[in-house]
Amino acid sequence: MTAPPGPVRTQQAPSPARRGAPRALLAAAVATGALACVPLVYLAVRALEAGPGTVVEILARPRTAELLARSALLGGSVTAACLVLGCGLAWLLTRTDLPGRRVWAAVLALPLAVPSYVAGFTWIAEWPGLAGFPGAFLVLTLVSYPYVLLPVAAALLASDGGLEEVARSLGRGPGRVLLTVTLRRVRPTAAAAGLLVALYVLSDFGAVSLMRYETFTLGIFTSYRATFDRTPAAVLGCALVALAAVLTWAEHRARGRAGGWIGRGTPRPPVPARLGGFRPLALLTVAAVAVAALGVPAVSLVRWTLAGTSAGIDWAGLGGAAVATLQVAGLGAVLTTVLAMPVGVLAARYRGRTVTAVETAAYAGHALPGVTIGLALVFVGIRLVPAVYQELPLLLVGYAVLFLPLAVGAVRTAVAAAPVGHEEVARSLGCGRTAAFARVTLPRALPGIAAGAALVFLTVAKELPVTLMLRPTGTDTLAVQLWSHTGAGAFAAAAPYAVVLVVVAAVPSVLLDRAAHR
Amino acid sequence: MVSGVHAGHPGVPVLHGVDLELPPGALLAVLGESGSGKTTLLRCVAGFHPVAAGEIRLGGRIVAGPGVDVPPERRRVGLVPQDGSLFAHLSVAGNVGFGLDRAARRGTRVQEMLELVGLAELGDRMPAELSGGQQQRVALARALAPDPALVLLDEPFSALDAGLRAEVREQVRAALHTAGATAVLVTHDQQEALGVADLVAVLREGRVIQVAPPREVYGAPADVGVGTFVGEAVVLPVAVRDGCAATVLGPLPVAAPDGPGRVLIRPEQVRLRPGGSARVREVIFHGHDATVVVELGGTALRCRTSNTETPEPGDQASLELRGPVRFYPD
Repeated sequence: MTAPPGPVRTQQAPSPARRGAPRALLAAAVATGALACVPLVYLAVRALEAGPGTVVEILARPRTAELLARSALLGGSVTAACLVLGCGLAWLLTRTDLPGRRVWAAVLALPLAVPSYVAGFTWIAEWPGLAGFPGAFLVLTLVSYPYVLLPVAAALLASDGGLEEVARSLGRGPGRVLLTVTLRRVRPTAAAAGLLVALYVLSDFGAVSLMRYETFTLGIFTSYRATFDRTPAAVLGCALVALAAVLTWAEHRARGRAGGWIGRGTPRPPVPARLGGFRPLALLTVAAVAVAALGVPAVSLVRWTLAGTSAGIDWAGLGGAAVATLQVAGLGAVLTTVLAMPVGVLAARYRGRTVTAVETAAYAGHALPGVTIGLALVFVGIRLVPAVYQELPLLLVGYAVLFLPLAVGAVRTAVAAAPVGHEEVARSLGCGRTAAFARVTLPRALPGIAAGAALVFLTVAKELPVTLMLRPTGTDTLAVQLWSHTGAGAFAAAAPYAVVLVVVAAVPSVLLDRAAHR
Repeated sequence: MVSGVHAGHPGVPVLHGVDLELPPGALLAVLGESGSGKTTLLRCVAGFHPVAAGEIRLGGRIVAGPGVDVPPERRRVGLVPQDGSLFAHLSVAGNVGFGLDRAARRGTRVQEMLELVGLAELGDRMPAELSGGQQQRVALARALAPDPALVLLDEPFSALDAGLRAEVREQVRAALHTAGATAVLVTHDQQEALGVADLVAVLREGRVIQVAPPREVYGAPADVGVGTFVGEAVVLPVAVRDGCAATVLGPLPVAAPDGPGRVLIRPEQVRLRPGGSARVREVIFHGHDATVVVELGGTALRCRTSNTETPEPGDQASLELRGPVRFYPD
């Protein structure tokens, strides 16, 4: 028997509420987190090797300022256009008596599944004169506005109509209520969505490269391709990462503010506003967006595919690209999910500084534009592991770093939904930690983890810049084929790849979305 | 079984030297308000919460103590959580057989356990197809199947409807006794603790205040706090002189030295008779009986009456005390 030494002893040996994480789990998670940070660290190392003088010199070049100006112009204008379009459409779809609101809501969300380079291909194939800023602005706006539309519409649906009624009863007209009450309340949500659009535009490679509008991403790719000295590419890559990090941080903060507000209390749908004489105008607007975002790509794809068919489709090339896409997407999804498992489980089950650090590190890919990850891994490949440079493993690592956030999120949510109490019961019945997890938690979490893996599969199948920079010679995915044919002006030859990509991208997304809502 | 156990969260001690002894085959109820540390105690015993000092022994084997920390899976402690926590992906039989090895799962043990809790026919059902009470009984069968040294029940009836609660409580008690299992039940419900357990331990602010059979905890509580916690009570401040305490009910004999203190009287000890100097202020009807609040000499007293002799508010009454009263010096 030990004499109880009193509370002093208790303070000296602080006892954690939950026991610490198992060493093996922690080690695996730390390894994943470290892997996710390798590109970033190595990019910085490679850039700084040249010495601070060179770095400053590269940053001070007029070309750098031009790239920055173009990125800022494109990001700013697309974000503004998406905010206007997204908020306006959200209001029309949720708060008015617009005919066919449900159908429009479903249709107008679809462009989210269209990769930017597919949309870019269809527009430039129809109107080659759009190349440059107008084309890039148009295409990116049309594929990005759902990022604003969806959350703002959700916020409008979740918010109570009572406030508007109070404002009306206090003597304000419907127009003033819309501006001063309704839109005021969705402002945090819209701010977060707008920053996400800006991040998306800043990171986009597909649309700007097809439209030949040289922003940061395309500029980095060009200097990586064109010169033997890759230091400028590394320096510009670091600058892009810094810009993206600022946007990510701002988006995270804005979302935090928005999150505290959405969905509090039980919403009572407000009385829809009567459009009256504006109804035809509203319908015209909605239809115009649908035609531009979906109609034009669809018609263009059909037209060019038919044109290509008369000239003869390259079935062998198409088949090879499809197989290559399935291969890299399948392997990429498996590797990403396997790497995400320890981080997701750790984040769902344990707290602490290490856990937070590891999870944050795993989310690095969210703030890293694909071009910078590709570039960084090119350096890693050439310098550190030449054996795998331009080989499949390095490409898969690139995918894993880029899409870990998707997989970690899925694993974390799925595991967190399985009660800890069940694992404890299993342990009291004689199971060790690992056995308890495998026999009780895993069966429950598996559907959610599988859905996450499917999402990674789809996203890898559509990925362009990392594939372009890291693919083994001969591994031409659908996206790469579409990109190179379009770049060469061979629109008819490019069209079938675009069709298959749309099928790959859109159909499973719809199925996945349905499964998630069941 | 548990001696001098200290435990807590970083910077927040919860248990301050808990001692408990439990004879084999007995059912001990740990009774305490929320925040008293009863859940922490249970998690310490099960092995999910580290013990900062002291030791825990199960059947002579030290499972937690200085330098010893047997992991939960090797403690042989069965767990019945509040919500049952049945594994939704396994059938009832799959749940009950979870803690058994492959050979035992194919044997008769699962069926025996299901019979023990009165659910012999339901082995093939899925947990979602069972009522709340049936789920709790399956959870008990699952905990008992590997023949644990101790079964821990964490407020196992609180998630059930009030009507069902008493019935499931009896079934669980009967199953535990038939299995000859040693069990600890954690609860904040006084009736549950007094009605089901062989021994009741009252836990307050991380300390065991009293361990005794239910009758003793109710009839001779260790202090006024325990007395008012385990049941309704009338507490009167008194002064003792020459072995006698003067109260509104007249002088009461107490075996205590002279000095100030309080007496604790149970409502059912006070008998109400028609006519007298007390006035009925309020009658609270319970169905099987009623609580009558009377005023006597400026003091409000609660007493229990049977249905047939319930007075009306405003009636005059006299009070008569039956049985000994407990005195607690200040």
